[in-house]
Amino acid sequence: MSGVTADRDVCVGAGMCVLTAPELFDQDDEGLVVLIDGKPDPDPALTQRAVLLCPSGALRVTGS
Amino acid sequence: MGDVVTDRLPLFPFLSPGDDPFTPVGGADLRRLDGPVTRVRLPTGGWTWLVTRHGDVKQMLRSDAFSADMARPGFPLLRQAPPQTPEGRRGGFIRMDGEEHLRLRRMLTAEFMIKNIRRIEPLIGDVVDGALTALQAGQRPADLVAGFALPVPSLVICHLLGVPYADHGFFQQRSAILLDRTAGPLAVRDAVTGLRSYLGRLIEDKRVSGTPGDDLLGRLITERVRTGELEVGELIGMALLLLIAGHETTANMIGLSVLLLLQHPQVWDRLRAEPAQADAVVEELLRYLTIVRQGLPRQAIRDVEVGGRRIRAGEPVTALLSLANRDAEVFDAAQEFDPYREAHQHLAFGFGVHQCIGQPLARAELRIALTGLAARLPGLRLAADPADLPKRDNSIVYGLAELPVTW
Ligand code: HEM
Ligand code: SF4
Repeated sequence: MSGVTADRDVCVGAGMCVLTAPELFDQDDEGLVVLIDGKPDPDPALTQRAVLLCPSGALRVTGS
Repeated sequence: MGDVVTDRLPLFPFLSPGDDPFTPVGGADLRRLDGPVTRVRLPTGGWTWLVTRHGDVKQMLRSDAFSADMARPGFPLLRQAPPQTPEGRRGGFIRMDGEEHLRLRRMLTAEFMIKNIRRIEPLIGDVVDGALTALQAGQRPADLVAGFALPVPSLVICHLLGVPYADHGFFQQRSAILLDRTAGPLAVRDAVTGLRSYLGRLIEDKRVSGTPGDDLLGRLITERVRTGELEVGELIGMALLLLIAGHETTANMIGLSVLLLLQHPQVWDRLRAEPAQADAVVEELLRYLTIVRQGLPRQAIRDVEVGGRRIRAGEPVTALLSLANRDAEVFDAAQEFDPYREAHQHLAFGFGVHQCIGQPLARAELRIALTGLAARLPGLRLAADPADLPKRDNSIVYGLAELPVTW
């Protein structure tokens, strides 16, 4: 089962993840990334794309 | 660094061929680039590495081996720097690194995130409608740049920030100087001073009024300045950056986009028939037009490798977004405008920690402006020879100075 982690210390709030996979990522009141719970990787291709597009390197795919 | 002979290097920045605003780098200049990471000569005398491949640009802009601080000696400059004062640089976080940059940027991230921009879409729609109504009531042919492309994003950013649009003549004239790489150092200094004192007075009025208001500047006064987190001098610099970046960029994108779409009538018709397709069209316009044509300047702060080249600490480096966005490794038929391709990997907003904070706003403005125009003026056509249109060749943000149209 693959998943994704988001490092809020690295996030710059550019929102590419929310644009790409809105069912998986959100931004909180500070504009920083939060993972939407309970979604076991809805579309691995979109998750992968969000990781690729994140400008700061805050997102990582975990597991295999 | 001192031993590089610059006279034989190609002169940067490159210009688009006079009759072809859609080719970012002409054939003669392309042929002189002897590799994906190569040296070019700067108009200020020195040289810079030029990084042109998509993967290399991403790696470079995400790496912490590079500084964006223009005040560093040896930073690649396209024009002579104005006399530096610490006050003149305060708050301008686009030119800051590390924690100093993050601290200010993070005060703004929530303002520009997608869900907050969605809330102001009705406002953008009203602004677009108003501009189109005024355009239709005026004379034909009309200049679409002065009558639509420029006022729409200016009205929106003024509204968001809480800056009176009535003053647009004042700040547009000065922001044009700031973006003009042929402007002299004293003209640049005067433009910065003028804009900073204008914004300083505006912020001071809001501060003493007791009710700073519900616009972005008012909120930052209440939430950050009054709490002691942010100094007024910093807020002035942030406002200056947002005001300039917030209208010149989108304005130039609208003008060039309309010129391109008029040459692709089937895409223009589709924007009207299927506005839901507009997001994909906008992404491809961003890729294909890449208006930040002169690239993003940085300086290496330690030894680092980019694209197989060893770049040494202190050396100047420029990420050429326009060529990265035409990289055939990433985009099939990269030289073609194809609004139905997957353009999402484009780098028109940069990459790394400085990636454009206003991109959700820019995307919304472009989508609403272009679909609105296609819906209200379906018979729009050019009223001049496309080869003769005046271009903003000397501006850091490329675009058309005028776009005569009729309908
Ligand atoms: C289509 C329109 C736009 C384009 C092509 C564009 C492009 C860019 C690029 C390439 C950068 C990165 C600069 C660098 O790394 O040195 C940037 C940064 C920035 N942009 Fe935009 N921009 C656009 C619209 C806007 C708008 C509407 C705003 C208004 C809010 C804005 C505000 C900013 C700010 C504040 C930064 C600095 C971010 C930082 O340093 O962290 N931009 N933009
Ligand atoms: S794309 Fe990356 S930097 Fe941007 S909000 Fe998402 S996690 Fe943060």
